[in-house]
Amino acid sequence: MDQQVKFYQTGTFTVGNRLLAPEQRAVQADMARTNSLNSGHRACQGCGEALGARYAIDAAMRACDNQLIAVNATGCLEVFSTPYPETSWQIPWIHSLFGNTAAVATGIAAAMRVKGRKNVRVIAQGGDGGTTDIGFGCLSGMFERNDDVLYICYDNEAYMNTGVQRSSATPPAARTATTMPLGPEPGNVFGQGKNVPRIAMAHGIPYVATATVADLRDLEHKVTKAMSIRGARYIHIFVPCPLGWGAASHDTIKLARLAHETGMFPVYEAEHGEVTGVSKIRRRVPVEDYLKLQRRYAHLFGKKPAVETIARIQAMADLNIRKYGLLEEGAN
Amino acid sequence: MLKQCEGSHAVAEAVALCRPEVICAYPISPQTHIVEGLGEMVKSGEIKNCEFINVESEFAAMSVAIGSSAAGARTYTATASQGLLFMAEAVYNASGLGLPIVMTVANRAIGAPINIWNDHTDSMSQRDCGWIQIFAETNQEALDLHIQAFKLAEELSLPVMVCMDGFILTHAYERVDMPTQAQVDAFLPPYVPRQSLDPDDPVSIGAMVGPEAFSEVRYLAHAKQLQALELIPRIAAEYKQIFGHEAGGLIRPYRMEGADTVVIALGSVLGTIKDTVDEMCDDGLKVGVLGITSFRPFPLAAIREAVKGAQRIVVLEKSLAVGIGGIVATNVRMATDGLPIKVRTVIAGLGGRAITKASLHRVIRQVMHDQIEPVHFLDLDIGIVNRVLERERQTRRTGPIAENILRDLGGVAPKLG
Amino acid sequence: MFQVRIHGRGGQGVVTGAEMLSIAAFLEGRYAQAFPSFGSERTGAPVVAYCRLDDKEIRLREPIMLPDALIIQDPTLLHQVDVLSGLKRPEGYILINTNKTFAELGLDDFVKNMHSGRLISLPATEISLKHVGRAVPNVPLLGGFAAASDLISLASVVAAIKDKFSGKVAEGNIAAATEAYNIVKAKEASHA
Repeated sequence: MDQQVKFYQTGTFTVGNRLLAPEQRAVQADMARTNSLNSGHRACQGCGEALGARYAIDAAMRACDNQLIAVNATGCLEVFSTPYPETSWQIPWIHSLFGNTAAVATGIAAAMRVKGRKNVRVIAQGGDGGTTDIGFGCLSGMFERNDDVLYICYDNEAYMNTGVQRSSATPPAARTATTMPLGPEPGNVFGQGKNVPRIAMAHGIPYVATATVADLRDLEHKVTKAMSIRGARYIHIFVPCPLGWGAASHDTIKLARLAHETGMFPVYEAEHGEVTGVSKIRRRVPVEDYLKLQRRYAHLFGKKPAVETIARIQAMADLNIRKYGLLEEGAN
Repeated sequence: MLKQCEGSHAVAEAVALCRPEVICAYPISPQTHIVEGLGEMVKSGEIKNCEFINVESEFAAMSVAIGSSAAGARTYTATASQGLLFMAEAVYNASGLGLPIVMTVANRAIGAPINIWNDHTDSMSQRDCGWIQIFAETNQEALDLHIQAFKLAEELSLPVMVCMDGFILTHAYERVDMPTQAQVDAFLPPYVPRQSLDPDDPVSIGAMVGPEAFSEVRYLAHAKQLQALELIPRIAAEYKQIFGHEAGGLIRPYRMEGADTVVIALGSVLGTIKDTVDEMCDDGLKVGVLGITSFRPFPLAAIREAVKGAQRIVVLEKSLAVGIGGIVATNVRMATDGLPIKVRTVIAGLGGRAITKASLHRVIRQVMHDQIEPVHFLDLDIGIVNRVLERERQTRRTGPIAENILRDLGGVAPKLG
Repeated sequence: MFQVRIHGRGGQGVVTGAEMLSIAAFLEGRYAQAFPSFGSERTGAPVVAYCRLDDKEIRLREPIMLPDALIIQDPTLLHQVDVLSGLKRPEGYILINTNKTFAELGLDDFVKNMHSGRLISLPATEISLKHVGRAVPNVPLLGGFAAASDLISLASVVAAIKDKFSGKVAEGNIAAATEAYNIVKAKEASHA
């Protein structure tokens, strides 16, 4: 009789490749991976974006037979991957401006169609700043036209490359250089937020997914799935930034996992505007456990903890859990 | 083939003959008829192997063009005025990356105050961005310059801005001689990129360049434009051979032999100036006209050579460098530096105000008799200006500037011109 | 050079009229330049369009301030806008879309030295309603202008109509232009 066995290893939820059939193993485990973002780039130790990009692009390359062109927004990824006169990209890659990544990708996709090279695919990638703020208009335009572009947003929740300023993706209460922990509402204010994955879903595009660098196989799977679809696709990847968040560089994956397990960052897939699957929380964690590891939330703790603020953050996590049905049946 | 059609339509047909692969556009007066025409031709299949993309802003239009051109496709877009400004960041990006995009700028004023009529403020605002800028005098030249533009852009790997006066040329019906596909194919070969995004040969385009190399990169952009000074006349000569008539080139002299007064201008106003100068020559006056077709690169040597025998130059321009005076005139002065020639600036036609023969007769004579200030505003109603200034001296809360002037003019009067 | 200025209101085909006149002249081997006095689109607002005809290339770009002919598509403009400004007299032409006489329109004084054969009242709106089903007086007025001036032939006007329109709309406009042409020619004959 078949019994589903869940494997746990102490301190981590990862399952080693050796326990999986070859075709289920990560792309990164493959000697033949393309190393599209090659070693030698100048990312910080523990950079979540470098990790996410490496996994995402190699998975995409495998999915499309290495026929891929990438467009990159201005930002950390662009800067650390192409320190003049070097480049760590092994694939055709272009950086144009901060806010036009989606539009440049549209143009490349059109050129490929015109030249009859339909097998060449296009990925647009940028940080949260370049996606949710300055690049938002072009992103929406690309969605509306259903251009054959996969847009990947690496969300580290602030404008990191320019010195950690607040973006519309910065969570409430977080400290940034433009939302200092001062005054009656220290850190970022509790605003409306801008849920770009849901906005992407509202455009009705064929595929939208969120992912984190805590579940890299899930990330690869989602990129692979996206590459099997034609039309506008969007993947939003949660990528902790040790420097910007004031976290230990060895906590990057842990923080991503905690974001998932607290409900702060819901992980799900959607097609044509409807959620088709969620990544359930196996062992729920209170938001404090996540917040405490980051100095950008340090002002919430200490001698007089900001109990109300933490409760409001917890409420946001609770709402996500309810809204997306993130808890396993029987889990607490 | 001779036809009588709207300038926009002529340009659309000419662009179509150039076998564009990607056209992306956002509508703005007075460019709309051009992109509408092209959109229709792509949709009907009249233009084959071409993608027409309706974009959500001018910034997106130039960005889509950047992507498509970087991926090796012959790319075209068009804009004017506010749209050119909205895409300004991408305009610099395109020339910085060396992408041979061709763009029509249907010259129009820039607000505030909002104004949809013709002047050269828009393209002048981008004169230093690294794009080649060429100005059409007639609708015939507008269509000719677009065909030349693709060849010029692709040989140099530099984007080209074809400037044509909004409404005055775009919306005027004129006779044009439309070339055949065979002629255009003989003149303009398929695009072979110097750089291309291609999985078969990966490159990284658009990396950061630091202080150690930036100057050299920028100098190369300048050097390329200087190369264009030779290439533009060569292309114009090739064009004449294949198509049978003159178009393009750096400058266009008219009745310059023995002229002691030269009128310099860009674009469609040259037609009115030539009619005026013909009449003045009939009256025995020694006046010549020098049209500037290539504004960037600015043909310093060619202009210097053409005007060196003259005593005075009137630069008639539809642009104003607020706070200093003329734009074209300043460039012309650089060409005449050291020569004993007086250069006078006449700012005219701003926001579409008509430039009439009568006014030209008057102002050129004023220059000839030294009765004019160095920067003169043609047909300016100084009374209105003085009234506003006086009102501002008397009161603090004077209200919106433009509305005050319109009130002074008695509302929007349906006056001619 | 012969300069025609057309006045009307947005929606009456003033600009199209100028364009068609230029096409007709082109078809007869002449140079022609047609352009509107530009503005934002708005039905009902006063509109002016210009058309220059010549046997050599037309370089002039200024608005027509001294027209040889005036075509007035909407007589309500007569006392609102200075439509008559600059008209060359006594040799000029005036065509007005109206049933009234020039006297009834209060223009007697203005036109007193002009040739009566060049002062045309034409019920262009009625003619267009009859043949095209829409109030588009521009085409009948062109037909009338062709008849009055002999500067372009009716055949060229018809060809210009076919260039702009097709099917029933073209047929209707051709009939309208022809009727207007014949009306003016008949008046000419009766005056002679």
